[in-house]
Amino acid sequence: MATLEPALSLRGDRRVRRRRIVNRAAEWLATIAALAAVAVLGIVVWSIAKRGAGDLSWGFLTKSLPLFGQPGGGIAPLIVGSAILVGIATAIALPVGVCIAVFLQEFASPRVRAPIQLVVDLMNGLPSIVIGIFVFGLLVYGHPENGLAGAYGLAIVMLPLITRATQEVLRLVPSAQREGALALGASRWRTVVGITLPSALGGILTGTVLAVARAAGETAPLLFATSIYANTVQWDPRHAMPNIPVQIFIWSESPDPADHKRAWASALVLMLFVLVTSLVARAAFVRSRRKLSR
Amino acid sequence: MTEEGNVHQTVTMPPMRPVDVAERQEAEPQARDTVFDIQGLTARYGTNVAIKDVNLEIYRNLITAVIGPSGCGKSTFIRCINRMNDDVPSFRLDGRVLYHGVDLYGDGVDPVEVRRRIGMVFQKPNPFPKTIYDNVAWAPRVLGLKKELDERVEKALRSAALWDEVKDRLKRSALSLSGGQQQRLCIARAIAIEPEVVLLDEPASALDPIATASIEELMHDLKRDYTIVIVTHNMQQAARVADRTAFFSLEVDDSGRAGVLVEYDETSKLFTAPSDKRTEDYVTGRFG
Repeated sequence: MATLEPALSLRGDRRVRRRRIVNRAAEWLATIAALAAVAVLGIVVWSIAKRGAGDLSWGFLTKSLPLFGQPGGGIAPLIVGSAILVGIATAIALPVGVCIAVFLQEFASPRVRAPIQLVVDLMNGLPSIVIGIFVFGLLVYGHPENGLAGAYGLAIVMLPLITRATQEVLRLVPSAQREGALALGASRWRTVVGITLPSALGGILTGTVLAVARAAGETAPLLFATSIYANTVQWDPRHAMPNIPVQIFIWSESPDPADHKRAWASALVLMLFVLVTSLVARAAFVRSRRKLSR
Repeated sequence: MTEEGNVHQTVTMPPMRPVDVAERQEAEPQARDTVFDIQGLTARYGTNVAIKDVNLEIYRNLITAVIGPSGCGKSTFIRCINRMNDDVPSFRLDGRVLYHGVDLYGDGVDPVEVRRRIGMVFQKPNPFPKTIYDNVAWAPRVLGLKKELDERVEKALRSAALWDEVKDRLKRSALSLSGGQQQRLCIARAIAIEPEVVLLDEPASALDPIATASIEELMHDLKRDYTIVIVTHNMQQAARVADRTAFFSLEVDDSGRAGVLVEYDETSKLFTAPSDKRTEDYVTGRFG
């Protein structure tokens, strides 16, 4: 039996109490910051939904752009154009980005890796308007505007995001997996293709979806490349293509209140597109994972 | 003999005497084929000497165990003989590792080809996150051995004593297997490409005693077809499975610490009548 020690106090002196207060304050600060982030997102979603939902209709999604000053019309050309632009950009940025990541993570010696890593990170910080001007000066100046140039611009935006995301997941693949494959007489390249990349597929997919979401909303790279377009659906990327971000910009600058409504509704469509894309990608990833674990 | 007598005996005698010494010596071929002839092998990581001046020969169709205390370079040694250390940036090697007379570190030797002939199984089971079938079939496919792949997979799984347990669920994930089964799958995976040598780096250290016993049993069956080198920190295991045993130890001198080969002999001799004091201390449990 323990004897009662009357002099023993576990309540702590002043210093202990002060530490407890500091600790609690830090906890609160962190919690508030997290809540603030969620709140900002909530406000954005709510305000766009509130202003855009009223004008959203089947006709709005399927009709051609309205002629200047006329009521009605829809954003079908914008949806098609944005989808094609982002599709081409992904087709370029995904393979190149994954290859860069594989090179940096699996093949490059530390001395080679450092400068290339730096370039990739700098690319990530490149202002998108600079990318827009770059693409304009290189590919558009002296030619008519075209969707391909815009897609290249978006690809430049996506490339560092995909590279970074892929690197992160490649780093997570246990080295025991690589060693296991190498010990079976597989070359480095076969090991990467057969073992490392499949393990990293989920993360690559997630990173790509994030990059797609980012590119779908990028306006600046498209501003000089594909902003003067017809009001009908354009399937051919060699011509200027209507697209959601640039049109939101144009409508929001317009004096016509009807255009403002269209801008809000388009913004809602863009947001839903990003949401649906990430949900679908996530579901596909979870499904492919479930097949292999257990 | 009484029970007390037994206890007394295990205390005074070297405890790890292999049971079937006579049988094992009988089974050994008279004229041995040398698979590896290792001459003056010194391995460094940066300025750190991991193993120093190791000389030994490894013979065909025998199980050779490498034992010794932690940090004595056992794993480094075994990884030197299928060039698994190549990717360690600071790794350097001196001396020669002759495989059938060819220096594995000589000019024009492709490490991929070396590892194709000298397979390796690691300490922790590392099955690929693929199906059981694909784990075994992956390497044959990569190496272009696609003919009769099903037969090859079955044969490998049978050799690894795993076939009966997995034949109904070849398309299930390898990660659904238990640790011991995973390790046997890794052995099946290694022998599916029919290497000549199988290196086992503490293959049972992450397994429970029952799984360990099945791996040891398996090794006895495998040595008919393969030359086996096993690293183990478990002396009893070496005594149970190995025909020959190499004892590595740490040598500390002015230039630092380095692993050295102390003694290399028939397992029975090394455990019952070691010629080196350090071996005796280690196998009788006075050190390590």
